[in-house]
Amino acid sequence: MRCLRVRYTKLGKIRFIGHRDVARIWERTLRKANIPVLYSQGFSPHPRISFGLALPTGFQSEAEYLDIYLGEDFFLDGFDSRSIQENIDNSLPTGMNVLAVGIISTSEDSLQETVDACVWEVRVSDISVEEFKKIRKKLLSSKSLNLQRERKGKISIEDVRSQVHSMEITEEHVDGVTILTELGTKPRVLRPTDLLKRINSELRTISVLRKEQLTLQGNQRIEPLSIGLYPAAPAEVLA
Amino acid sequence: MSSLWSELEQFLDEIEKPARYIGGEDGMIDPEHSLEKASWLLIYPDTYEIGLPNQGLQILYEILNERDDSVAERSYAPWVDMSREMRKREIPFFSVDTHRPAGEFDILAFNLSAELVYTNLLECLDLSDVPLYSKDRNVRDPLVIAGGHCTYNPEPFADFIDLAVLGDGEEVVGEISEIFSQWKSKDENELDRKELLLDLAGLPGVYVPSLYEVTFSKERLVSISPKLEKSAARVVEKRTISDLESWPYPKNQLVPLTEVVHDRLNVEIFRGCTRGCRFCQAGMITRPVRERPQEQIISMVEKGLKRTGYDEVSLTSLSSADFSGIENVISEVMTQDTCSPVSLSLPSLRVDAFTVDTASQMQQARRTGLTFAPEAGTWRLRQVINKLISNDDLFAAVESAYSQGWRRVKLYFLIGLPTETDEDTLGIVELAEKTLEIGRKYHKNPSVTVSVGGFVPKPFTPFQWFGQNTEQELLRKIYLLRDAAKKIRGLKLKWHDSRATVVEGILSRGDRRLAPVLERVWREGGVFQEWSEHFNIDLWENAMKEEGLRIEDFSYRHRDEDEVLPWDHLAAGLHKDFLWQDWRDALNNLGLEDCRWTPCYDCGACTGYGIEHVVASAVPPAGGSQGTGIGSLQENEIKVSISQTGPPKNLQTSGVNE
Repeated sequence: MRCLRVRYTKLGKIRFIGHRDVARIWERTLRKANIPVLYSQGFSPHPRISFGLALPTGFQSEAEYLDIYLGEDFFLDGFDSRSIQENIDNSLPTGMNVLAVGIISTSEDSLQETVDACVWEVRVSDISVEEFKKIRKKLLSSKSLNLQRERKGKISIEDVRSQVHSMEITEEHVDGVTILTELGTKPRVLRPTDLLKRINSELRTISVLRKEQLTLQGNQRIEPLSIGLYPAAPAEVLA
Repeated sequence: MSSLWSELEQFLDEIEKPARYIGGEDGMIDPEHSLEKASWLLIYPDTYEIGLPNQGLQILYEILNERDDSVAERSYAPWVDMSREMRKREIPFFSVDTHRPAGEFDILAFNLSAELVYTNLLECLDLSDVPLYSKDRNVRDPLVIAGGHCTYNPEPFADFIDLAVLGDGEEVVGEISEIFSQWKSKDENELDRKELLLDLAGLPGVYVPSLYEVTFSKERLVSISPKLEKSAARVVEKRTISDLESWPYPKNQLVPLTEVVHDRLNVEIFRGCTRGCRFCQAGMITRPVRERPQEQIISMVEKGLKRTGYDEVSLTSLSSADFSGIENVISEVMTQDTCSPVSLSLPSLRVDAFTVDTASQMQQARRTGLTFAPEAGTWRLRQVINKLISNDDLFAAVESAYSQGWRRVKLYFLIGLPTETDEDTLGIVELAEKTLEIGRKYHKNPSVTVSVGGFVPKPFTPFQWFGQNTEQELLRKIYLLRDAAKKIRGLKLKWHDSRATVVEGILSRGDRRLAPVLERVWREGGVFQEWSEHFNIDLWENAMKEEGLRIEDFSYRHRDEDEVLPWDHLAAGLHKDFLWQDWRDALNNLGLEDCRWTPCYDCGACTGYGIEHVVASAVPPAGGSQGTGIGSLQENEIKVSISQTGPPKNLQTSGVNE
């Protein structure tokens, strides 16, 4: 059994829908596009699709992934990834677009397992450029960074310093900066908003965009699609 | 033209369920505004999840956008966290399509389908920065319109609206647009709001409250009539479209980006119902029955499924199993060429085995719950309310359900019905117990959920004269049920808050004295009153007291035959003497068969408007004995119609004596 792995966007107004809403949209989209998804068995069968790391409501993304389980027949003669990509793209709502498709064997790691880091573009405001530069320097030269996190009602303190792989200022504004930061997703996803709030509670994040989801192999950064291997991301490796 | 989006996106991620406010649904129409067109904002004054699926609103949305002289967008009531933030940031009420401020529209049209949303209407007006009272608005303010079933008694909110529309909206919204766009094209200093309202009042189905004088004497309404002769109709008649085939709407049903209720394809298969359930306002005011042709239904389903990607379709009406040739429609829909299984649902299922067999065939993709609504616990009381389901019908239905794999069955009942005794009330638990016994033949642990609602008498029904049960009486009955249900394993009892029933009762048959009550409740923060977490009976009781009004006068007393009712100047086609006779029959335990398949009772709905039932088959549906004239003389019932005049005898008083 194989999967069609799809990379897609979540941009604009649609960023305000939740993860479950995205799943529902995909179920309808695949029916509209006539993609013969496999169904689970049982009293209430549902289409077999699986998503990667959930994107918080309100964040935008250029790197969302989805695995669609399909029978072997689908990949036989006449399999045309380009027309499939177009067909799916046309069935998606505004703001969601297919960027690439690839074929994955179901024996490979799931999306959640395979992704080690995400690259985020964050627009930060309510802080001067000088001030932000200082904060960044302090963060990157520190040995540890404790973050209080809450999960299922339990509060724990975790050192997340090793999850901060890089942070660069890409644009300077009168009221703040735009940064590009690579954050590790293991053992648990580190959200850029949580990180920034921890290092300075005054600053505000105006917008967050997921640029990449990556598998790390040494210095190599690999996009989780079996086709189209990426060269290393431009950010320097710090950890 | 302005959009508030750039302001909204700054804080939407701090708001609960921000997807409520973004629009962008599949099927959304890009509105083409122009100065010549009448611009409508269609508002469902409840949350997005409840309002978006509303078919009435979607039908008008398409019709108005197809016309050359009108354009329409949509909006829903902002949840309390959103309205708080909007006030703080001075952001007005807006459309979800283009986030245009409500104040920039010509017409704010509210769909009112439940009494408890009335205070949300005030909330939306206030957030729009539009004066609450019609009398305080000038030519620059939007026209405030109401439609939906609640406009059959618009008196409680009459002071807040400029006009109400009665009945089917398909045609009349076009007529209003025509008059409005012509009026709007005049020179600005020639614009006269009164003149516009007089013009609009000339349209059939349009009621302009400000043109009527209302007189009270000793806590009783004594008259409602036009202030000036000929300025407005003495009686405003509802609108009825005679043929559903000409109105295949919605053509592009909206598919929301976020989860809503009834999240599936909906195709209306007929409008109107002649089952004649006496408690049911919808069945009375939407007569006669108008079926959509089968071929059109099938093509709407096929196109709709392809376009939307839904795998579930609901064939909607007030009693879908009664559609002529429903078996054929079901098999056509189920054998379509789709890549995944499709589920079909028929809301308002009739209670019989045939219907369950059908339901079993229909649910290929997934099985939803089965709900039956016997409404009353005994055959006697079911004759009173004219829901002619025998115990055997119900038992055959549940037997069929349990035997075909369903383990859980839901039963729906009303308490507080006319002539109800404790025997009737406890009959509910007996039916549930027998249902469970049947279930045990097929399952180890069958379950039954019994939902109990408090009965609220509605205008234009035979029960419009009935004195509603008090909160205490309803509570007593609920406790009676609760105690009886305790001992029974597998029985789950749920009930509607009887305090909410009280408020619904006040508003259902209330009059213009309630406007200041609504205003007080709203000012005290009483919005989203249909949501249990926001409902607050104290706000209502205090407001009534402050206005010197007694709930008894509105709800608990029985009304007389010759008393002026607050909706006497409006008409749903039903003769008042037909309703009164039906009320008398009810008190005599007399059921009345469905007039689709038996002779006409001259209720007035067809004859008054020169239209007829549009029914493809003159033969009653398969398997359905109830009210069809087949086998209706059950349980030793001898059917005798007795005409009776004078005050009702043997009426169960409901805790309050006059």
